[in-house]
Amino acid sequence: MKIIALVKHVPDAAADRTFNDADNTTDRVGVDGILSELDEYAVEAALKIAESGDAEVIAVTMGPEGAVDAVKRALQMGAHSGVHIVDDALHGSDALATSRVLATAIEKVGDVDLVLSGMASTDGGMSVVPAMVAERLGLAHVGFVGELTLNGATVTARRDADVTETVEASLPAVVSVTDQINEPRYPSFKGIMAAKKKPVETWSLADLGIESEAVGLSAAWSVVDAIDQRPERTQGEIVTDEGDGGVKLAEYLASQKFV
Amino acid sequence: MTEILVLVDHADGAVRKTTTELLTIARRAGEPSAVFLGSGYEAAKETLSAFGAEKVYVADAPELDDYLVAPKAEVLAQIAANVNPAAVLIASNPDGKEIAARLAVKLESGIITDAVDVGADLTTTQSAFAASYSVTARVTHGTPVITVKPNSATPEQAATTPVEEKVAASVSDTSKAARIVSRSAREATGRPELTEAAIVVSGGRGTGGNFAPVEALADALGGAVGASRAAVDSGWYPHSHQVGQTGQTVSPQLYIAAGISGAIQHRAGMQTSKTIVAVDKDPEAPIFSMVDFGVVGDLHTILPQATEEILKRKG
Repeated sequence: MKIIALVKHVPDAAADRTFNDADNTTDRVGVDGILSELDEYAVEAALKIAESGDAEVIAVTMGPEGAVDAVKRALQMGAHSGVHIVDDALHGSDALATSRVLATAIEKVGDVDLVLSGMASTDGGMSVVPAMVAERLGLAHVGFVGELTLNGATVTARRDADVTETVEASLPAVVSVTDQINEPRYPSFKGIMAAKKKPVETWSLADLGIESEAVGLSAAWSVVDAIDQRPERTQGEIVTDEGDGGVKLAEYLASQKFV
Repeated sequence: MTEILVLVDHADGAVRKTTTELLTIARRAGEPSAVFLGSGYEAAKETLSAFGAEKVYVADAPELDDYLVAPKAEVLAQIAANVNPAAVLIASNPDGKEIAARLAVKLESGIITDAVDVGADLTTTQSAFAASYSVTARVTHGTPVITVKPNSATPEQAATTPVEEKVAASVSDTSKAARIVSRSAREATGRPELTEAAIVVSGGRGTGGNFAPVEALADALGGAVGASRAAVDSGWYPHSHQVGQTGQTVSPQLYIAAGISGAIQHRAGMQTSKTIVAVDKDPEAPIFSMVDFGVVGDLHTILPQATEEILKRKG
């Protein structure tokens, strides 16, 4: 079977994340990027399925030049091959355009049984792209999955959303996973060396048959008018417990009308 | 005035607070029309009219409850296509976001998620990058699809006698591809729901697995209980209570972090709380840099003492 892991290269949350002043898009060039932490769980889930049966795992990303690093990380973990969709016209694409590009790429890969992704990216954090991809492909989407089993052409999942649900869907399907599903492996030295020989295809919009006017900032269906940096929270009063810490805490809460 | 569709978030007709918040927000921009999908409408009626729904579209189709949200998105899209509203407002929770995602594709409309405010002109405010930025945005194409985070508005009553319009739900086989086999009931703790609570008390690694003092303080304050990822990963508290980037984001009036050092992933989930209080043994814990009030010490003695004092004051 063929599994696609959708991965995203995001600004490292541990570094200073910022926006481009010129067009209010996320700065993806001037900051350190990493494979979105939440997508590591999707890659791991794909690898587990591949190890227990016969599956090929293809890591797919869309993003500027450096975004290929997210694919490389997935290859180091054990994915078999990668696809990097890169095109200058993609800069500033909204979730709708992104999902269109990814859905078209999945169709181009062809005969895909399962699409896995993280429950959200750790930058935009919208959580909508997997469902949009499923909508465009006419497939089921099972989101917020904490446990996943494949039985032939059916996927059974435990969802940890508003309530815990057990869901069955027939393949092909799109599944997005939470951090409860597994413990992503750290690439081994062997894995890092092996990844250098694994194929990564680079696709442009023309390769996908998508016109450049349909994507990017100018084609986005929402616009950012302003971005304001919030003032850093300033440290308030800190007391050290000397046997009356609880009373002081209660007094503070009462002074703020919470009691 | 134009119609604003508000998707009713409910469990068998029990309307969640997020919906009354959305109805309140919708009144700023137009006339709120509630969309009720699934079973239990009779139970929901009163709340919808008390909070200002001028109209209610009802698709009382029990089969909508047997599948994941794709059929609901389909019916909502049919209603939106007929009504042509000025916007569709949906609660920012996992199901709500998926419905919004599918709706935006179906309606070929722009989408904004996790708004913390929506203005009369449908301009939204969002928090970005662990709440270090505030982003003002708007949809420029189609019917704005906007998901709104809990606690983004104070629900205001505005009694109406809504016009009811029954909608025949026509659901495709494609949207029934994910079937719900079983569903566990929401745990009945008697506490408010985490994402909707005005007060949240969270425990972390420093609890050592004993959440009793955290729960007791939450109960004394009428709040919900949260947990850090470390506490959840240790199996001390259910994942559904995890606050942080990979769990729930909360934005209560008061957030009390007990035994939580405050890793950036946790701060991302609670940084927009109005007032932040922390109790931790480590005076160097990053959480202290952002608190309004902090106590350095052992939560196992401080929390019970605070609880006792609060109960005493409440008489």
